[in-house]
Amino acid sequence: MNFQFESNDIFAAGEFDKTDSEVIVLVHGAAMDHCVWAFHTRYFRYIDQPVLAIDLPGHGRSTGTPLASIPQAADWLLAFTQNIGVETLCLAGHSMGALIALEAAARGGGRISRLALLGFGFPMAVSDLLLDAADDDRASAEQMMTVWGNGHGAHIGANPVAGLRATTFSKRLLERAADGVLHTDLSACQAYEGGIEAARNVSCPVTIISGSDDKMTPARNAQATIEALKNARQTVIPNSGHMLSSEQPEATHQALVAALAA
Amino acid sequence: MSAPKSLRPDTLSLHAGQQPDPATGARAVPIYQTTSFVFSDHDEAGSRFDIARSGHVYSRISNPTVAVLEERMAALEDGVGAVATASGMAAIHIAIATLMGAGGHIVAARSLYGGTHNLLAYTLPRFGIETTFVDPRDPAAFASAITDQTRLVFAETIANPRCEVLDIAGVAEVAHGAGLPLAVDATLTTPHLIQPLQHGADIAIHSLTKFIGGHGIALGGVIVDAGRFEWESVASKFPTLCEPYEGFHGLDFSEEFGPAAFILRARREGLRDFGAAMSADTASRILQGVETLPLRMQKHVSNAMAIAEFLEAHEAVASVAYPGLASHPDHDLASRLYPRGSGAVLSFEINGGREAGRRLIEGLELFSHLANVGDAKSLVIHPASTTHARMDDDALRAAGISESLVRLSVGLEDPADLIADLSRALHRSQK
Repeated sequence: MNFQFESNDIFAAGEFDKTDSEVIVLVHGAAMDHCVWAFHTRYFRYIDQPVLAIDLPGHGRSTGTPLASIPQAADWLLAFTQNIGVETLCLAGHSMGALIALEAAARGGGRISRLALLGFGFPMAVSDLLLDAADDDRASAEQMMTVWGNGHGAHIGANPVAGLRATTFSKRLLERAADGVLHTDLSACQAYEGGIEAARNVSCPVTIISGSDDKMTPARNAQATIEALKNARQTVIPNSGHMLSSEQPEATHQALVAALAA
Repeated sequence: MSAPKSLRPDTLSLHAGQQPDPATGARAVPIYQTTSFVFSDHDEAGSRFDIARSGHVYSRISNPTVAVLEERMAALEDGVGAVATASGMAAIHIAIATLMGAGGHIVAARSLYGGTHNLLAYTLPRFGIETTFVDPRDPAAFASAITDQTRLVFAETIANPRCEVLDIAGVAEVAHGAGLPLAVDATLTTPHLIQPLQHGADIAIHSLTKFIGGHGIALGGVIVDAGRFEWESVASKFPTLCEPYEGFHGLDFSEEFGPAAFILRARREGLRDFGAAMSADTASRILQGVETLPLRMQKHVSNAMAIAEFLEAHEAVASVAYPGLASHPDHDLASRLYPRGSGAVLSFEINGGREAGRRLIEGLELFSHLANVGDAKSLVIHPASTTHARMDDDALRAAGISESLVRLSVGLEDPADLIADLSRALHRSQK
């Protein structure tokens, strides 16, 4: 679906109707786009559940410039969804998108009914090496993200989506991002300090979905946030790195459906 | 610190796409000899059919054993995904049909495997798809032949049988400048000698029957998609990828799957509707070949170089076409693109014309006279009367295929034995 918001064209895969009482909203990670949610988006549509996998400004098919901070992105998400007529969000985010979703849940109060945070950790530290490469050596940054972002199992393979190579799929998404997007996004993750404070202000049920082999946001890095949340649980997906939906699509599907089920 | 490395090709040849079988612990790839797969419930059945959940449905569309081969080939080519097919020709046909329908146009190198030439020159026109053939050595010729209806640029990495070497980056630049993908048939080079997707090609196609299988016991093909071509940037040319597809409830492959649009449509339409699927048994056999591909290719190319040098010095041979030789017009390009060697197929002109060629072929004892390349055993054939016999005289001339041309596929035997065999037969051919 295509929308106009704040003079940008904003794209979201999926569909919804303004009469829908609740919409599943999916938010991608750094330099990614709606394609990371492709199977999930199709599934929710298959079961007639309204769903929008949004391309943040400057990502995928959306125009504009990337939002410079997590709080700014959270405010944008709440304003955008309000503007298009989504009142209640069943919200999921991956990686940077998880930080945005957490902050939005804290700021959005009762508008967020359930929250799923995939590939989440707080603080979401980004190494100087990666940050510098994202600024001036894009190919190296994409290679680091591919090698570190996928678990050992993904580098070997055996993807349940026949014939698809998960590591290359996520790398191609990075390559498609416009210049500067990865650096802006990683800088926003690195600079975000409000995770624990946000967690204390979230009232809805929260599920954190982590990969057992995630080197970028190890499962243990969600622990402090879990302790600050009122109603949280963690699901660890075996044999997965940070790119859960492409590495372990079926296990991630089941965890996400359970997390967002009414 | 440099960027971390991905697993290297020799490792991927053995491991990519497979982890020990979760049910049995089997280390080798099990042969899932089944047509279909049980669904746990109604939701899983429907959502797998709708590409809303992963998992197999029916072995014409995907099968766990075949999927290992597909992912391994995708890994070796650095592609986003792959589809295995019943033969190399099926792979070419599905790749074309995924990109265009009636009214489409292809610009192709004029030096092609004879079967491919048949498909493009005689069969596809019946379905409204025309091809213009151009000199593979001239990127400008590709550019000149492109029309508003062109949807694909196609060539072989090293052409069969005259071994013209494609300037992949140069032709890719031409194709991309016109908003078109470049597909290459990389059968003669294999991922061990070159990864064409890293040189700018968008789609790599292989006959797995040849060097990749290596044993000459199984037919197969594969399409590998780089996942880099941005279909939506030229959406009007590629409605199969950029418009809702009624054959899949309005699915827009490019919009929903981005870098995997082409390869998913090739599977979900190409295998579903054309049905040229690979069997699990065949995939298992070809995987045995992939595991030793790097080792075998080293021997293939070193043997080929020794044979080429022997032939070039032989008085019964008028000329040798092998890019590893300094005398080949593409030698410099080949040296840059193929530092590991220029493959193991070569051709030569024998003095004495067709009759001398017949005596040579019938006089060989180690070289098998048959229509194949890439076997572990050395092979020989006379292209003008067999593999390229359907080409008319003009097309044969344009492709450099004369009555005196003999093609060799150099195998893994001791090169001294191969040279002795050739030496005897060449001597007899001149009597």
